[in-house]
Amino acid sequence: MWPVGLGWTCLSIARRSWSSVSSPPSPLPLRSRMLLFLVQHFHDIEAIVSWSSWLGNWTRQRKNVYYSYAQKQFGSNVAAAFYILNLKGGFRLAGQSDWVRPNAKGKFSLDFINFSDLSIEEVDASGTVINYMGLNNLVSQQKLRCLSLRGCPEVDDWFLSRLHIFKDSLEELDLSGCSRVSVGGLSALHHLRKLRKLDLSSLPRVQNPGLVRILLEEVLPHCHIMGVEYQEGLQSSGAETDIKATSGL
Amino acid sequence: MWKTWTGLAGAVQRVRASLHPIPYRLASTFLCAPHSARCFSTGRAACKDFIQELEQQLKAFRHKALTAMPGSDWSPQNTTAGLPPERADIVIVGGGVVGWSIAYWLKRKERVRDGVRVLVVEKDPTYSQASTVLSVGGIRQQFSLPENIHLSLASADFMRNINEHLGVLNEDPVDLQFTHSGYLFLASEKGAAVMEENYRTQRDAGAKVLLLSPTQLKEKFPWINTEGVKLASYGLENEGWFDPWSLLNAFRRKALSMGVYQCVGEVTGFRYSSHSMSTTDGDMVAFKRIKYVNVRMPNSLEVQPVECAIVVNAAGAQSGKVAQLAGIGSGPEDSLASVPVPVEPRKRYVYVLNCPDGPGLDTPFLIDYSGVYCRREGLGGNYIAGLSPEENEEPDSGDLEVNYGFFQENLWPLLARRLPAFECCKVTSAWAGYYDYNTFDQNGILGLHPLVNNMYIATGFSGHGLQQSPAVGRALAELILDGGFRTLDLSALGFERIFYKEPVLERNIV
Repeated sequence: MWPVGLGWTCLSIARRSWSSVSSPPSPLPLRSRMLLFLVQHFHDIEAIVSWSSWLGNWTRQRKNVYYSYAQKQFGSNVAAAFYILNLKGGFRLAGQSDWVRPNAKGKFSLDFINFSDLSIEEVDASGTVINYMGLNNLVSQQKLRCLSLRGCPEVDDWFLSRLHIFKDSLEELDLSGCSRVSVGGLSALHHLRKLRKLDLSSLPRVQNPGLVRILLEEVLPHCHIMGVEYQEGLQSSGAETDIKATSGL
Repeated sequence: MWKTWTGLAGAVQRVRASLHPIPYRLASTFLCAPHSARCFSTGRAACKDFIQELEQQLKAFRHKALTAMPGSDWSPQNTTAGLPPERADIVIVGGGVVGWSIAYWLKRKERVRDGVRVLVVEKDPTYSQASTVLSVGGIRQQFSLPENIHLSLASADFMRNINEHLGVLNEDPVDLQFTHSGYLFLASEKGAAVMEENYRTQRDAGAKVLLLSPTQLKEKFPWINTEGVKLASYGLENEGWFDPWSLLNAFRRKALSMGVYQCVGEVTGFRYSSHSMSTTDGDMVAFKRIKYVNVRMPNSLEVQPVECAIVVNAAGAQSGKVAQLAGIGSGPEDSLASVPVPVEPRKRYVYVLNCPDGPGLDTPFLIDYSGVYCRREGLGGNYIAGLSPEENEEPDSGDLEVNYGFFQENLWPLLARRLPAFECCKVTSAWAGYYDYNTFDQNGILGLHPLVNNMYIATGFSGHGLQQSPAVGRALAELILDGGFRTLDLSALGFERIFYKEPVLERNIV
């Protein structure tokens, strides 16, 4: 019986790091190379590795499923709160000053059910597996002011394109460390007319962060963009310093 | 358990090691002995030559032994390289994005490993004239026909999860470079009512579209000249543009990894059997069944007949010609057999403009009511623009040469009127591509041909084939393997409407 965990952690289908798109891939560690050799020679190991990657996808989808029962029983605010707590994120309700978060073991109290008429004002989903489908639970939170998505591995351009549902309320957005975000998704942020603070530090897939900052400031004049300097992404060739624009973006 | 014979490569390595040249000094002392009379004084030079000759001969022997081992591609029969297999279950004519999408979905839906043998035949591996790679790459849900909206929505869904669908183990993840910018359609007085009706259809089908009045439009996009605009419709989600070459290669890579056969060659004919039956009026109708597909090798006269059960015509702009090879369209007048597949290539120009003061990151894919379209390309002030010519001014589709005069006279005045910043723009480059234009009603034709019992048609998309290709592939795979549509009901796009002369018109063709 082959240990499934080994396959899952070493080699997952199409999950190589996004930042190494342009640089040549570094050689895999010995365990991964062995596993790759076995996968290429044995049907059953190939099947096990693909099952383990399917299992990973399935658990991620389960975390982001639509909480229809909570919605029906307690209303959309409680369902949204329950969803965020299950993801191990935190939130703050409108009118209250303290944050509701699960403890280190992931347990949380169900007191928020008593506040079913208060909508959520700030959400801290850093490091969680929130994704596009999970936003189905948050569509109803039309008073959402701050959203922190620091280091979320599943936040990609499609997620950003769906953030227009908060176009009348979102004021702060933190996207630092989201390895899947690229310029294609950032160009959808112009819907967020009320945005005042945007954090774009360490986005590995954005090739010209300085230029993107300038273009976004043109489109969102009242927004302050943090984490990026204007000269980041500039390439100096000898005496000239030209901004190299990438095509195909 | 052993998947390939390359396991024996280990054995070959051991054989190789044993055939490794024995150390030079040892050999010389060992083999020099018989030539005792001459060896000792001038012996060194002669010994060296002998040893080198021996080594060369041993090398040749090793090489021959390696080719004889299983795993090398030497065979005693001198066959042409790259011939297609003699027998295949499904032959897909055309290796564009629609063809490879169908191949992928067929392999994905087969219930048994190697349940169907699929062969994709493409005549030009460089894709120099293929509509897929010359396309502008947009995807939208703003159509008037619900089937088109559902196809685009399903395709956007597919592209959102593209790595789950088309990810290959230990290969780079698929990157479509999707820009989420939305389409912006502008309507004049005449078209406003139609646009409102379309908006309702789109909303009902699940597309996220917003209607804007001229004031709202001016507020959102101040660089547009709203003169003459009565209503605008803006897509909020699942619309934008992407890289068609990445999508094509993703489909191809995944399909090849699942065992689809690929052949470079041109389909020059079909061998079919036909049997006639008479209708109640006494007319004879001939039903054909394709038995062999004749594939001609590139730069050669050699033709390989591929025995097949099903043929899929996904040849894009050349689908009309491929259908003619099966005898579709050549029949007695006023009969069903005389109706050809109404797809022909239509040339469309695409111009790349550079406008330093042009609109910024929020530029949507703008489509004016005069037909001119424009979108942003990259971050350096480059834009892509084009215009569909009038019916009577269609350019000659013999080659793909660009007519820059078309830009000067037809496109630029309209563009500069709508976007004043483009009054001082420069054309940096241009290209031309073919639409697989459906002359009947500009919508795709999907389904079995009624008279040729085993030819499926998936063509005629008239400019929106790329954006619908994932969903079209799934629909056709369902037709072939499940016998009918399962997820989306696309029977309105079947070939029957062409027989009955009932066009299913799409009002939003760009």
